[in-house]
Amino acid sequence: MNLKNPNEKGRFGPFGGRYVPETLVPACHELEKSFIEAWEDDSFRKELDFLLSDYAGRPSPITECFNLSAELNCRLLLKREDLNHTGSHKINNVLGQALLAKRMGKKRLVAETGAGQHGVATATAAALLNLECCVYMGEVDVKRQELNVFRMKLLGAEVRSVESGSKTLKDAVNDAMRDWVATVEDSYYCLGSVMGPHPYPWMVRTFQEVIGTEARKQSEEILGTTPDVVCACVGGGSNAIGIFSGFIDSDAELIGVEPAGGAAIGRGVPGVVHGMESFLMQDEFGQVLEAESISAGLDYPGVGPEHSYLSSTGRARYESVTDDEVIAAFQLLSRTEGLIPALEPAHALAWISREREYLTGKTVLLNLSGRGDKDVGQMMEILNV
Amino acid sequence: MSENVQIESVLQKRIDSGKKALVVYITGGLGEDWIQTMHSVIAAGADVVEIGIPFSDPVMDGPIIQMANDYSMKSGSTPVTILNDLREERPAAPLAVMTYYNLAYRMGHERFAASLASAGISGCILPDLPLEELDIWSESAANSKIETILLAAPTTPDERLVQICTRSSGFVYAVGLLGVTGMRSELADSAIEIASRLKNVTSKPVLVGVGIGSPEQAVKACEVSDGVIVGSAVVQEMIKASSPEKVGELVSTFREALDKNS
Repeated sequence: MNLKNPNEKGRFGPFGGRYVPETLVPACHELEKSFIEAWEDDSFRKELDFLLSDYAGRPSPITECFNLSAELNCRLLLKREDLNHTGSHKINNVLGQALLAKRMGKKRLVAETGAGQHGVATATAAALLNLECCVYMGEVDVKRQELNVFRMKLLGAEVRSVESGSKTLKDAVNDAMRDWVATVEDSYYCLGSVMGPHPYPWMVRTFQEVIGTEARKQSEEILGTTPDVVCACVGGGSNAIGIFSGFIDSDAELIGVEPAGGAAIGRGVPGVVHGMESFLMQDEFGQVLEAESISAGLDYPGVGPEHSYLSSTGRARYESVTDDEVIAAFQLLSRTEGLIPALEPAHALAWISREREYLTGKTVLLNLSGRGDKDVGQMMEILNV
Repeated sequence: MSENVQIESVLQKRIDSGKKALVVYITGGLGEDWIQTMHSVIAAGADVVEIGIPFSDPVMDGPIIQMANDYSMKSGSTPVTILNDLREERPAAPLAVMTYYNLAYRMGHERFAASLASAGISGCILPDLPLEELDIWSESAANSKIETILLAAPTTPDERLVQICTRSSGFVYAVGLLGVTGMRSELADSAIEIASRLKNVTSKPVLVGVGIGSPEQAVKACEVSDGVIVGSAVVQEMIKASSPEKVGELVSTFREALDKNS
């Protein structure tokens, strides 16, 4: 059994939908139709599979953490999305969407980025497939992720610094949507997570299901069964939905970990922004609150609608961790396993570390969604070294 | 609750007299004298005033209205304070609110519609609420006799234009170009195109907005449309901290140009 597809209005239960300016409605219809056709086309799937394996390096392995398992008294496995080309799971989605953009005859990719991982992945795919690329990034993130800004430029992309609102991911999405409203005829909006208007949450999930499909098979080979707990960080939620997709019909507990400063499910209520109805951090009047997290990639006040749905049905559980817990987890994995995680998956590890008593004796699969090279500069400052 | 003045009948009256309709957008709560600005704009010849209620994430708005939003919110404006400011007023023209859907969603559809009505508002524009998601809001709006004005875009296919015109009340908002609100150096060809496509399928007033920054552009758009919506140009004048009279003077230049050419 797989995750359910949304209904014809793009809804997962009551969540999702398509709340966009009229200008973009026809573009969303066209995208939905093109995606369905492409996904049913063997040649598209073959081309994508080829790029995922021979270009991006899939399948990604699962690594068993013997040292850290001993320390935590559980059996911890990592799905190594950090080993993909460009250093995170983002490439899975981007290769799919860039191929689709090409197939639709679009000339230019527009993307938003927080930590820069999705921006780098988009710039990479654009370079490979000979598309123009423009990435919107909040001014705050441009500063704290300068290496990724340079990477994007090196790859030939234009990076536009966003100075409105909180100057982070939320505002980068606003500006990317404004760009798309103006350039919809030639440009393709390459959204980076399972969010936005239908069909994005569904399409991005579909491209990320490769994580769960591989992990299911691999964990059964290693454990002889499915893990007790599957855990991933959640900003918009694409890496989490990717790995959850492989275990939705298993007995595994599914845990999504949000940053305390951007806990849409933990602290939000339903709302509508960026084209979707979902949990959202907002004030009493419906103004969207600015998220505050150490991790640029999770610095987002909303969450993908399917996570809101999985939370409402109880199939997945959403927890939050503080920045301090994340910093400790970042160091813990580096020290014990020789793996420097990105700050985003360090959230998931922070939850595992905090809940070690509850997890004693259990098998735990963590989606290590990205590597930490991009965060080293920021951590040097935080740790004062 | 008194019956609100109906936007559609006011605009229709203007059009029937052989003139073009002028709708002016101002940002609610922008400056302490924004209510005076509203009256001044009406005195200068606006048939309807759109009151923008600032939202944190205005994806259909360009830099000027974004900036106005920020100023207004930083000075403490909320949907409640803006509607309260209007409650005691008896403006000489009907008002519409332009904001984003989450403010209505958060307050609750019925309550939001009722609070607009009790503040003397006749219409509402929610640019991020397309046809497919309209039902819940339009029912609540109808219950409070609020006219829901829908947007039609250059990208909208013909059969969809018909649906939009059928469900829009007050007028049909023809988005003049591919892009967000703001002034442009020239009127886009798409403005004329969308207006004429709409005029072919509806008898409701068709007004062009987005990209109408000068009286000349307004006149040109009105060669086909029944009128125009002027937003960023007026809001820019408000931001310059000029007086309500100055904003009124700017609006008069639009009114005069339209009247001279109709």
